Amino acid sequence: MSRMLPLTLKDVAVRRRGKRLLGPVNLTLHPEGLTMIVGPNGSGKTTLLRVMHGVERLSDGSATWAVAEEEARHRQAYVFQTPIMLRRTVADNLRYPLQLIATPRAEIETRVNHWARRIGLEARMGLQATRLSGGEKQKLALARALIRKPDVLFLDEPCANLDGASTRDIESILQTALAEKTRIIMTTHDLGQARRLAGDALFMLHGVVHERGPASDFFSAPQTAELQAFFRGDIIA
Amino acid sequence: MNDILEGLVSAFWLVVTFDPDLMQISLRSLQVSLSALVIASAIALPLGTFLAIRRFRYRRLTISLLNALMGLPPVVVGLIVYILLSRSGPFGVLGLLFTPTAMIIAQVIIITPLIASITHQAMRELWAEYHDLLISLNTSGWQRIKTLIWDGRRNLLTASLAGFGRAIGEVGAIMIVGGNIDNATRVLTTAIALETGKGDFALALALGFVLIALAIGINVSIHWLSRTEREGRW
Repeated sequence: MSRMLPLTLKDVAVRRRGKRLLGPVNLTLHPEGLTMIVGPNGSGKTTLLRVMHGVERLSDGSATWAVAEEEARHRQAYVFQTPIMLRRTVADNLRYPLQLIATPRAEIETRVNHWARRIGLEARMGLQATRLSGGEKQKLALARALIRKPDVLFLDEPCANLDGASTRDIESILQTALAEKTRIIMTTHDLGQARRLAGDALFMLHGVVHERGPASDFFSAPQTAELQAFFRGDIIA
Repeated sequence: MNDILEGLVSAFWLVVTFDPDLMQISLRSLQVSLSALVIASAIALPLGTFLAIRRFRYRRLTISLLNALMGLPPVVVGLIVYILLSRSGPFGVLGLLFTPTAMIIAQVIIITPLIASITHQAMRELWAEYHDLLISLNTSGWQRIKTLIWDGRRNLLTASLAGFGRAIGEVGAIMIVGGNIDNATRVLTTAIALETGKGDFALALALGFVLIALAIGINVSIHWLSRTEREGRW
């Protein structure tokens, strides 16, 4: 369990060019488990995730961790919807986050080898990362995010456009991370995945948190008409 | 046509007999332009990268200025460096006028904007690609510049080679500040200008072919050394 949490969002709003993308959001994230964020496109899922990660400029309100800002920045990682590959080899992509924080070389190699095995790319470590397939890139991005052993991990649709096998691999890595007490906050469009992984869940609509609850209630007994419609597969305008 | 053929023949003989004048002139050309290239790259590569990733007040102005400076007329640069370095100028005491150092200074001024501008173009694209990741990984400004320079090194090589091409073929500025003095500041381009003026087309052409061969040779060997365009490296 991390002493970074709880994370408190207070009256958070993000506006760009006069358009409200998010807010007002008031939210407290508790120290353990996996929080799943669901909602239609453009409902503010990604913006909310970026606000929590501290890479989105706030128009209003505040996001505060239980520790100082600088320390919090060091202890979290983010996996983007489209994996960003450094134009380097697979191994160098894995080494990079550790090199940034001046990790001893032996320690770097141990962890790189561990993760190479974990994501099944140990035979392709010398390959340029940009040449990997979509699923391999996403797994590499996930390994690169976890290699610093972050306390908090954000994932933005990590399994979008991936097939069953890759999705299963990624979910298994996430389960292991959860068991090791990594706090995970992720978005998904895959309701099956949401049910499989979520400890608690948020439903975003029009830039605000429309409904929230522990996974058991959230999925079996949604309270609001909009969330019920969303689960039925209706198109929510 | 006859002139070109004669030029080729005499170029061939000048090269195979290791003509001492030719060797000296060619080496000086290389020395001046490579020195200018190294100095200009040391300034322009970090500058172009910095301009690509940093937002500051006069950034747009700086970039348009840089792009405008790419077209600096070498003769004017030569003239200004001449005035600055001449006996009565502010740096006259250094006694640099009509030395290879003066020629290097002029060429650095000519090619730095070119290299910086191409660097900025290339780095802007790479930065757009890397931006979110590098912010997310909590990198420092210096770490970002290092990462971009390293991962964009092929593009930077192109930028530097463009600068080298401009330097080695440049004649206006180095003619003015170097003075085309035999055994001291004569280089391939100024020698060509001189021989053409004297009507010795064969020698001028021969020097011209050597110059072209030199430029191609440098480009090819740098590409070969850096292993660009090889399977598995990109």
